[in-house]
Amino acid sequence: MPFNLLLAIALVYVAALFLIAFLADRRAQRGQGRWLSSPLVYTLSLSVYCTAWTFYGAVGYAARSGLEYLTIYLGPTLVFAGWWLILRKLVRVGRTQRITSIADLISSRYGKSTLLGVMVTLLAVLGTTPYIALQLQSVALSLGVFALPGTTGWVAADPTATGLWVAAGLAAFTILFGTRNLDANERHPGVVMAIAVEAVVKLVALIALGIFVVWGIGGGLSQTLARIDAAAHPGWELAGGRWAGLTFTSAAAILCLPRMFQVMVVENADEAHLAIAGWAFPLYLMLISLFVLPIAAMGLERLPDGANPDLFVLTLPLAEGQGALATLAFLGGFSSATSMVIVAAIALSTMVSNHIVMPLYLARRPAGATMSGDVRAAVLRARRLSIAGVLLLGYLYYRMSGGSEALASIGLISFVGVAQVLPALMGGLFWRGATRTGAAAGLGIGFAVWVYALFLPSFGPEGLISAGVLADGPAGLHWLRPQALFGIVGLDPVIHALVWSMLLNVGVFCVVSLASFPSPLERLQGAQMVNVFERTLGARGWSHGSAEAEDLLTMAQRILGPSEARALFAEEARSQGKADGLPDTTPEFLGRLERELSGSVGAATAHAMVAQITGSAAVQVEDLLRVADEAQQIMEYSSRLEAQSDELRRTAKALRESNAKLTAISAQKDAFLSQISHELRTPMTSIRAFSEILRDHGLTVGERERYAGIVHDEAIRLTRLLDDLLDLSVLENAQVSLNLAEVRLVDLIDRAVDAASAVPGATRVEVRRDRDAEAVSLVTDADRLTQVFINLIGNAYKYCDAASPVLSVEVVADAETIRADVIDNGPGIPPGARDIVFEKFSRLGEPGAAGGAGLGLAICREIAHRLGGRIAYLPEREGGAFRVMLPRGLTRPNDDAAGGGRAVSGAR
Amino acid sequence: MDKRVLLVEDEPNILEAIRFILSRDGWTVLTHSDGTTAVEAVARAAPDVLVLDVMLPGRSGFDILRSLRADGTSAKLPILVLTAKGQDRDRAMAEEAGATRFMTKPFANAEILQSLSDLYAGAQG
Amino acid sequence: MNAEETPAGETPAGERRALFLERGSYRRRRLMDAARILPVAGAILLILPLLWHSGGAESGPGPATDAIYVFAVWVLLIAGAAILSRYLTVPRAEPPRAREP
Repeated sequence: MPFNLLLAIALVYVAALFLIAFLADRRAQRGQGRWLSSPLVYTLSLSVYCTAWTFYGAVGYAARSGLEYLTIYLGPTLVFAGWWLILRKLVRVGRTQRITSIADLISSRYGKSTLLGVMVTLLAVLGTTPYIALQLQSVALSLGVFALPGTTGWVAADPTATGLWVAAGLAAFTILFGTRNLDANERHPGVVMAIAVEAVVKLVALIALGIFVVWGIGGGLSQTLARIDAAAHPGWELAGGRWAGLTFTSAAAILCLPRMFQVMVVENADEAHLAIAGWAFPLYLMLISLFVLPIAAMGLERLPDGANPDLFVLTLPLAEGQGALATLAFLGGFSSATSMVIVAAIALSTMVSNHIVMPLYLARRPAGATMSGDVRAAVLRARRLSIAGVLLLGYLYYRMSGGSEALASIGLISFVGVAQVLPALMGGLFWRGATRTGAAAGLGIGFAVWVYALFLPSFGPEGLISAGVLADGPAGLHWLRPQALFGIVGLDPVIHALVWSMLLNVGVFCVVSLASFPSPLERLQGAQMVNVFERTLGARGWSHGSAEAEDLLTMAQRILGPSEARALFAEEARSQGKADGLPDTTPEFLGRLERELSGSVGAATAHAMVAQITGSAAVQVEDLLRVADEAQQIMEYSSRLEAQSDELRRTAKALRESNAKLTAISAQKDAFLSQISHELRTPMTSIRAFSEILRDHGLTVGERERYAGIVHDEAIRLTRLLDDLLDLSVLENAQVSLNLAEVRLVDLIDRAVDAASAVPGATRVEVRRDRDAEAVSLVTDADRLTQVFINLIGNAYKYCDAASPVLSVEVVADAETIRADVIDNGPGIPPGARDIVFEKFSRLGEPGAAGGAGLGLAICREIAHRLGGRIAYLPEREGGAFRVMLPRGLTRPNDDAAGGGRAVSGAR
Repeated sequence: MDKRVLLVEDEPNILEAIRFILSRDGWTVLTHSDGTTAVEAVARAAPDVLVLDVMLPGRSGFDILRSLRADGTSAKLPILVLTAKGQDRDRAMAEEAGATRFMTKPFANAEILQSLSDLYAGAQG
Repeated sequence: MNAEETPAGETPAGERRALFLERGSYRRRRLMDAARILPVAGAILLILPLLWHSGGAESGPGPATDAIYVFAVWVLLIAGAAILSRYLTVPRAEPPRAREP
C-alpha cells in the first residue's frame, strides 16, 4: 500500500465527511431532514464513546490484560440498559432546562453557580486533553505504520508534524460545523450526521477485520477460541478490584464525559430515541468489542514479540498482505479519533466559552456596557478560540508526553478524572438536599486527589512529580505518597486513585451538603431537577423586573439573532394581550428570556446579562441571589400551591367535560326518543280515531271506504317508518352484508325513478336524464344504491314546489369514481339546515315539510358510507342538489364495526 | 246553540278524524294547519274552544299558546293541547304555557269529546 | 379504591373498566421496576466470573469460556432492554400519583 495513496484515500474520506456535514446542516436548516434526527442516527452518534482507544487500544489492552478491556464497554452497557433509571432523567432535565453542557447542568442545578461551572469546566479540560492527545497520537502512529511498509512495529515518519496537521484539520472542521450559528438548543445536525457515518465506518472496519481473523486465517470459531486460551498469559487473569472498579469508572464516565453529554443530551432531538438507544447502543458496543479478543490473540500468535499490540489492528492485516483491509482499518481508526476530537472540542468549547470566557468578558465591562458590543459575535469568537485552544492543548500534551504511554492507561486516567463529577451529578438529579457548597467541596477534593494520585504521576517518574516524592511522599510525609495514600500500598494505581478520590468526593459531598444550607435559588433548581417528572415548569429566577423591554430586546437580538429575538418578543407581547409593541418585563418573561439566552451563553451568563439590564447590575450571582432571596422562598411555596390548584383545576375540568358529554348524549337520546314517539304516534292517532269511527254505525258507504283507506295508508306509513328505523339501526351498527355485483348505473336509476313515481306529486315533475352518461358500470350493492336514489328522487318530488318542477340527474365518471348529482329546481335546503340535513329526523320543525319521517337522507348517508362513498349537499347549485360519490370498484366495504354484530342480509 | 271549535293541526288525516267526530256531536269545526299564522286564525275564528297541536310547521304549539295567553282577548280561551310526544316534560311545558287541558295522541274519540264539552261547559259556566 | 382486589365477577360493568385501567397501570409500574432491576441484575451477573476465579490464577475456566459467558450476559441485557423499551415507550398518560424516586 503506497503511503501516498493512503493519504489520498484519507483526504477523500475527510472531504466526504465535510460534504455530509454540510448537506445535513443545510437540510436541517430547511427543516427537511426528519431522518437526521432518527433513533438510528442518535444511537450511532453515541458511538463517539468508542474512540481510537477502542479501535486500537482495546486490542492492545486485550493483548496485555485479557478480558479486562470489556469493562470499558460493560459500564456503559449497564448504564444504557438501565436508561429508565438515570439517563431518562438526565435527558429530560437537560431538555427542559435547556442545558448546554455537563458544566452547565452542574452550575444550573446548584443555583446557577459560576464557581461550579468553572470547576467542572477545568476538570473536563484537564481530563479531556490527554484524551485528545491520545487521538492525535493514534492517527500519527497509524500513519507511521503505513509510512514504512513492511515494518510491523510503529516507526514514526514524523509523528509530531502529522499530529499538528491532524489537530489543525480537526479544528477547522469543528469551527466550521460546530460554530456556524448559535442555535438556541445547541444542536449540530451536520456534525452529528458525520459522526454517525464515522460510527458505521469504524464498526464495519473492526467487524471486517474480525471476520478475516476468525474465518480467514483463524480457521473458524472453535480454533479461535482455542487460540484465545493458548494466548493467555499471566497478565490475563481477572483481577477483581480492577474488573469491578473499571466497570464502575466507565459507567461513570459515560454519564460525565463532556462529549457524551453533548451527543446524549444536547443533541437529543426526541426523548423516545433514548429508549431505542437503551438497547441499540449496548448492541453497538457488543459488536465493536466482539472481535477484539480474537484479533489480539491472533496478533500475539503471528506477529513478532516486540510488536506494539496497540497497532495489531493495522499490522496484522498488513502482515497478512491484506492492504485493502488495513486501509479500511485505518479509516476506522481515523474515524474513531476524529469523531471523538470533534465532539469533545465542541463540548469543551461550549463549556469554556460559557463558563470562563463570557463571565470574564462580562465582568470586565462596566454595567450596561454589554449593549455596546455585539455579544453574539463575542460568543462565537469565544467558541472558536476555545476550540482552537482545546486542540492546541491536546497537541501540546501529545508533544509533552512524547506518545510513550500505552493508549489504555491514558484513557483510564481521563475516565477517573471526569468520574469526579458523578457524585455532584447524581446528587443533583436525585437528592434535593445536595448543596452547592457540598458539590464544590466534593468535586474539589476528588479533583485534587485525582490530580495528585493519578494525573501528575502519569507523566512518568521524572515528569511533573519527582521520583523522590513518588517513593517517599512530599517532604518525607510517607502517608502522602501519591500512589499509596494513607499508607495503603499494593493497590493498582488507577484503582487506588479511583477508590480514594471517589470515597473522599462522595463523603465530603454528603457531609458538607448535610451541614450547609442551600440558597433559595439552589432549592428551586434542585426541586425542579429532582422532581422533573412531576411537573415541568420553567426555571423561574426573576421575582420582579424593572428592566426596559427595549434594552432586553437589543441584547437578545445580539445573542439570539435579530429575527429570532423579535419573534420571541412579539410572541410574548401577544400572550400578554398586547396587539403590538414590546411586552411588559414580567418576572415570567424575564425567566423565559433567560432560559432562551442560556441556550446560547449558559445559565449563569444569561442570568448575569439579564441582571445587568434589569438594574441589579452586579454580575455576581451571589448578589442576585440576595435580591431574590425572599421572593424565591415565596415563589417556591406558591409554585407548590400552584401545582396543587392546577391539579384540582384539571380534575374539575375533566369532570365538567365528561358531565357535559353525558348531558349531551342524554339530551340526544331524549330528543331521538321523543322524535320516534311523535313519528309513531301521529299515524297511530289517525288509525285509532278512524277505527273507532268505522266501528260506529251510520256511515255512508263512501265515508266507510274513505276512512278505511286512510287507516290503510296510515298503517303503511307506520310500517315504512319502522322499516326505516330498522334499516338505519342495521346500517349504523354495520350489521349489513352487501351483495356486491357489477351493475350499470342507468339500470339502478331506472328502477329508482320507477319506484319513486308512487310518491304524490311525482307525475307533475319533469325528469331530465342523460342515459349515455349514466351507462357506466360499477361494482356495488344494487338494492342499497337504488334505495339511495329512490330517497333522493322521492325527496325532490315531495319538496320541489317550482311552477314547472324539473328534476335532473347528472352523472360524471372517471376510472375510479362515479359522481351522480340529483338536482331539482325547488327552494333547496335553507342555509341553516344544511349541516343537519343528513341527521335523523332533520325534517322536523321545518316549515313546508311533509310526509316521511326525515330518516331518508340519514339512511342515504349510511348506505353511501357502507358502499365506500359519501353523499353531500351542494349548496352552490340552484335548488335542492345532492351529490353521491361512489368508488367504481368496491373491494372492501366500509365496515367500521366488522365482527361486532350478527350479519343481516342486505338483500331485501 | 252554536259551539265553535278551532282545530290547529297539520296532519290532514288527524284533522279529518277530529272534524268528523266533533261535527257529528254538534260542533261547528274550523280548521287551520299552519303554525306561523295560527294566532291570527284564532283571532279571526273567535272559537269557544281551541284544539292545538304542539308540533306544527313554522311555530311550536307552546309558543302559540304563550302568545295567545299574553293577548287580552284570548287570555281566558279554553285550550286543549294535543301532543304526540307524550312525555311528562311536555305536559309540564304545556301547563306552564297556559294549556287548560292536555292530551296525548293517540286518544279515544270519546275522550276528546268529553274534554271539549268539559272545557265548553267550564267556559260558559 | 383498590380495584385489584375486587373480584371481577361481582363488579358492575362501569367498574370493570376501572379495574382494567388499574391493571394496565399496575403492569406498567412493574415494567418500570423491571427497567430499574435490569442494570442491577446485569451488574451482578457480570461480577460472577470473579467468583470462579477467586481460587487464584490457575482456577476456573480459560479466557475463551469467560468471554462466551460475558457476551451471553451482554446479549441478554440487550434483549431485556429492547423488550422493556418497547413496552415502556407505548404512549400513555402518566397517572398523576406516579412519583419518581
